[in-house]
Amino acid sequence: MSVQEAAVLSPRARMRRRMRRRLLRRPLAVAGLVVALMFVLMAIFAPVIAPYDPGHSDFSAALAPPSSEHLFGTDELGRDVFSRTVWGARASMQVGVFSTLLAMAVAVPIGLVAGYYRGWVDPVVSRITDVMLAFPFLIVAVGLAAILGPSLTNATIALAFAAVPALIRVTRGETLALREEDYVRAAIANGASDTTILGRHVLPNMTGTLIVQMTVWIPTAIIGESLLSFLGLGVQPPTPSWGVMLSAAQPFIDQAPRLVIFPGLAIFLATLSFNLLGDGMRDVLDPRTQN
Amino acid sequence: MALLELNDVSVRFQTDDGPVQAVDRVSWSLDSGEVLAVVGESGCGKSVSAMSVVRLLPPSAKVSGEARFDGRDLLGARDSELRAVRGREISFIFQEPMTSLNPALTVGRQIGEVLRRHLGMSGAQARDRTLELLDLVGIPAPQRRVGEYPHQLSGGMRQRVMIAMALACDPKVLIADEPTTALDVTIQAGILDLLRDVRERLGTAIVLITHDLGVVADIADRVVVMYAGRKVEEAPVHELFAHPQHPYTVGLLAALPQASNGSGRRRLQEIPGIVPSLPEPPRACTFAPRCPRADDRSRSEEPPLGEVRPDHLVACFHPGEEPWPEGWRS
Repeated sequence: MSVQEAAVLSPRARMRRRMRRRLLRRPLAVAGLVVALMFVLMAIFAPVIAPYDPGHSDFSAALAPPSSEHLFGTDELGRDVFSRTVWGARASMQVGVFSTLLAMAVAVPIGLVAGYYRGWVDPVVSRITDVMLAFPFLIVAVGLAAILGPSLTNATIALAFAAVPALIRVTRGETLALREEDYVRAAIANGASDTTILGRHVLPNMTGTLIVQMTVWIPTAIIGESLLSFLGLGVQPPTPSWGVMLSAAQPFIDQAPRLVIFPGLAIFLATLSFNLLGDGMRDVLDPRTQN
Repeated sequence: MALLELNDVSVRFQTDDGPVQAVDRVSWSLDSGEVLAVVGESGCGKSVSAMSVVRLLPPSAKVSGEARFDGRDLLGARDSELRAVRGREISFIFQEPMTSLNPALTVGRQIGEVLRRHLGMSGAQARDRTLELLDLVGIPAPQRRVGEYPHQLSGGMRQRVMIAMALACDPKVLIADEPTTALDVTIQAGILDLLRDVRERLGTAIVLITHDLGVVADIADRVVVMYAGRKVEEAPVHELFAHPQHPYTVGLLAALPQASNGSGRRRLQEIPGIVPSLPEPPRACTFAPRCPRADDRSRSEEPPLGEVRPDHLVACFHPGEEPWPEGWRS
């Protein structure tokens, strides 16, 4: 990059570029980024990538081993495992991303209000989140999904709800720290309203934390979706999902272990890649790890 | 009529270690276009008294007394009324330029925010005015600076941006809380020049809160000296420097380094002891424990403010200009 080129860039672009370069210096984070991106693309372009319709059965080729025709072989109903794995990414990514976004949309405003206004709101919100956090994440998600009834949407809602208390806590803590900043005091002295302070001065300064939180919750939700689908509380059988595939493969684990291995591997890689990306992002966005 | 007036303002903090009387019945007034300096050591209540004016103190502070701006009562005002005054008619500059700007927003957005809020300017108007303001406070290449983030500016630059933000809506009063303390000496002089310039060109009245008597001599018209939450002396700046009356002021001035004239060096006189933190306002002179002139009366009775010389108020039973005894210890 030439000197002139650097001078032309806006400061924001320069900061982004520096962040990007710092992220790219971490091989594990880059690997995470690449694999995570691969899964996202797989979910978006599933109809293009999958060679077969995921519901198409070819009974003459049931439980066929991997071949050039069926890359990962076929399952007990003669469905192409590769196509189903690709389509399964859709359910996982959808639930992973949307449940995290939904949880953020609910938790961030509550955390901001509790952390900024204190008063009676803060102890009430904090105690409720404490109680909710006493239940393990997946237990809450399973319970809720059971109440709501099995479907992809309900699984998303259940997982989002289960993630809310932890996210409220993070946002509240961050707000507590940021409200004491000098620039918040200066904004108050300049006549800023509470909404301006929260929207312009508090929230933008915690985006780093929230991005890291997202990369932590997406893989958790992916595992959650697989678990719910495995238990029959998520995606319903003809629709492919990694959890559904695992559940259906149980009786055939001796005959065709690959029916368990491929969806299992997909879950493993998807969660690992997001976690690695999250770790890398945390390092990059944390000003204390400057290098 | 005074532009900004404090009458018997007291501030008490409820802390975990019990109550603390930070400000004890302090009064001062500021006329339009005037520069009033409030001086004293750290913890004497000078910042707290100024911040109480537009209620910038935490909820643990209990404020009593009266603060009037342009005849309007501020301490009893509603939050929405106060928000309309803050930054619009009474602006603040804080001590820490390094942390008083939001790191996530560009300089232009931060100044523009104030303009849009108080003056209802459009984005383009706000941008033009921001450039004008940056130019006014002496920031070179404002076109470029307006799009930069605070971390790209030096401390002096940031303080200039803070001043630009404070002046954005052409306020009548600027309260500058130790505006130069965190800066290099050379930068300090630049900021003081700027404040002087602001007063002359815009007619802004300034309350300058500082512990630096050099700064006071440089810019102030009138000086209020505070000690342990009380006002102990008030006089026009020349009067105060020429004829200090309160032993605390005398001590402060003696503690000021002076250029040696070659005829032997003078040891700097210090004031022994520290500013006490008081749970209750004592019925005595708060300075008595550190004072060479203190007697039984100082220790059992609170000295009232009295006019000892024309336009010169002192709260002391033994006012006078005589220096402290050499090497005095409390």
